[in-house]
Amino acid sequence: MSIMDAIKQQIEENSILLYMKGTPQQPQCGFSARTVQALMACGERFAYINILDNPEIRENLKTYSNWPTFPQLYVKGELVGGCDIVTEMYESGELKELVSSAAE
Amino acid sequence: MTREEKLKTSLAEAFNIDYMLLENESHMHSVPENSETHFKLVLVSDDFDGKRKVARHQAVYSAVNTEMQSGLHALALHLYTNTEWAELDNKQLASPNCMGGSKKG
Repeated sequence: MSIMDAIKQQIEENSILLYMKGTPQQPQCGFSARTVQALMACGERFAYINILDNPEIRENLKTYSNWPTFPQLYVKGELVGGCDIVTEMYESGELKELVSSAAE
Repeated sequence: MTREEKLKTSLAEAFNIDYMLLENESHMHSVPENSETHFKLVLVSDDFDGKRKVARHQAVYSAVNTEMQSGLHALALHLYTNTEWAELDNKQLASPNCMGGSKKG
């Protein structure tokens, strides 16, 4: 399987998926830390991939999504955004709504 | 040209800008002094009208692609149309109204 196919599969098979630096318990970047905090506050289970452990995914995901930075949150197969968007959506209540609908 | 200047030039070419604030936030991260790796951008443009947030961010990333490829590591983005910006302004920056305290007692 090509790396692009692997990424596609990950995104399709996990309804809530966060590509981040580090882990939810030990984020390695302030932007990833803030994003994971917002996501955890929504109270749904989510999958994550530590891109620091997966350099190949890290490089190719940027092209896949036309999005050059991390974190990247995917819900129901679609890119929701990075730290700024996720934080804004958390504050407005949109994020909770979105992830709740994805967890059903 | 500094990266800050290059970013401003590229953005001005790509968007009809009504307001732009670009801040170097590199000092907040573990990089050498005077680095230009982490920036925050506030951009107000009606070019964002009708575009979802992801599409707005992608448009900005694409405008500054050269810099993203050559050492710009993080770009915090706050992108608004004029209407959204005006609403935000009223919510966040407006001073409170007088509540009549000086006329009491």
